[in-house]
Amino acid sequence: MTNSSPALDVARKIQVRDLNFFYGKYSALKNISLDIATNKVTAFIGPSGCGKSTLLRTFNRMYELYPGQRATGEILLDAENILSPRTDLFRLRARVGMVFQKPTPFPMSIYENIAFGVRLYEPLARAQMDDRVEWALQQAALWDEVKDKLRQSGMSLSGGQQQRLCIARAIAVKPEVVLLDEPASALDPISTLKIEELIYELKKNYTIVIVTHNMQQAARVSDFTAFMYLGELVEFDRTNAIFTNPSKKQTEDYITGRYG
Amino acid sequence: MDQMHTHISRQFNAELEDIRSRVLQMGGLVEHQIEQALEALIKGNTEQGEAVIMNDTQVNKMEVTIDEECNQIIARRQPAASDLRLVVAVIKTITDLERIGDEAEKIARMAVRLAGEERPKNNYAEIQAVGQQVCHMVHDALDAFARLDIEAALRVAREDQQVDQKYDGAMRQLITYMMEDPRTISRMLNVIWAARALERIGDHARNICEYIIYLVKGKDVRHTSLDQVEKEILGR
Repeated sequence: MTNSSPALDVARKIQVRDLNFFYGKYSALKNISLDIATNKVTAFIGPSGCGKSTLLRTFNRMYELYPGQRATGEILLDAENILSPRTDLFRLRARVGMVFQKPTPFPMSIYENIAFGVRLYEPLARAQMDDRVEWALQQAALWDEVKDKLRQSGMSLSGGQQQRLCIARAIAVKPEVVLLDEPASALDPISTLKIEELIYELKKNYTIVIVTHNMQQAARVSDFTAFMYLGELVEFDRTNAIFTNPSKKQTEDYITGRYG
Repeated sequence: MDQMHTHISRQFNAELEDIRSRVLQMGGLVEHQIEQALEALIKGNTEQGEAVIMNDTQVNKMEVTIDEECNQIIARRQPAASDLRLVVAVIKTITDLERIGDEAEKIARMAVRLAGEERPKNNYAEIQAVGQQVCHMVHDALDAFARLDIEAALRVAREDQQVDQKYDGAMRQLITYMMEDPRTISRMLNVIWAARALERIGDHARNICEYIIYLVKGKDVRHTSLDQVEKEILGR
């Protein structure tokens, strides 16, 4: 049940080994082992409460922000165990960026939304910062829409644009991994497709892990899919296999809508 | 795989059940068409042959209707896993069923053409042998489809080799007749066309069996030897 990683013939960016996670005494992840392939999109699917977001949040130790939450086991990011107490969280979060379900632009200008994070990590001169902001907005396919209004508030953008702004903000610090937690669930179908298109472009340069409730979305954007249930990894395989011929009955029942 | 295990959406369940039962219905009609065409040929019954020719439009209509229903399911439900495989298998199966229908129609045309001619002394024994086996194959293939029985599907697929052998035997015999008495050539050519149609029906039945294996096991076994399929699918 636990070691159901597909035989990856690609490089591994993250290797999870016997990961357990606890919210206080409640065990939310049970002996998870899986590999995240470099420059690929890996999707986590499963019913609410299955642990998929919890698993995602261990990859940059987001949970450290909350007391009583802890993880045991190993998560190797390029062979370095990020669960080790010696890990520099500040540096980790620059390497592993995250975008949330609801767009969360800062209440500042579009330009500042991006420059703010960059400044924390790199002291860039004005001209360099301008270049970085443009580059990040280009990467997030937002530049053409906002280049004439960089001084306007980030909050003035539409929901879809705000989400792409958040992706630009995550990319601006040049992370290696981008974590997306339901990035399109608050967006209309067109904005959703733009985000999906963006994910496809981004994977050329970044390793992407996405949590989604929308199974068709997982089928559309991901190369690998992990199905989780009650804190366990039930099946992990190439997306092609999961959606045409899953090997576990639980997976089959979930993706065909027989679950419950 | 558990087709009977139901979806949360009962409507979706009903739609999948519906295409399944329509395939079996279409299969039943096609089976009847082959039997009637064969009987028309052997008994020299023109009316029966013409009825088969007429009924082929019914078979064609069913194919179009089921195809349309499958398109609707894909567009509206985005089926996945075994549901997806069911829809794909149905689309492919009805294409083969429609072709079987066409072959039955061809046999019926030969029957009408041959009805006025002199009957052979052996009463088309070669055709009868191939015909009976082919009828069984189609029947058993549909039965395997209904029960999602891959062992039965494999058995039926194997029978296709026997059909091919019997067809070769029939050909040799028919050629011998023609050499012995060249006046029979035009008549024998019609008989050869009928035998050829039956042999093709066997191939289509085998195809349907391959779709059943795909549907149940998720494995595409086209262009694979049966021994290899048996090893991979049943592990023996």
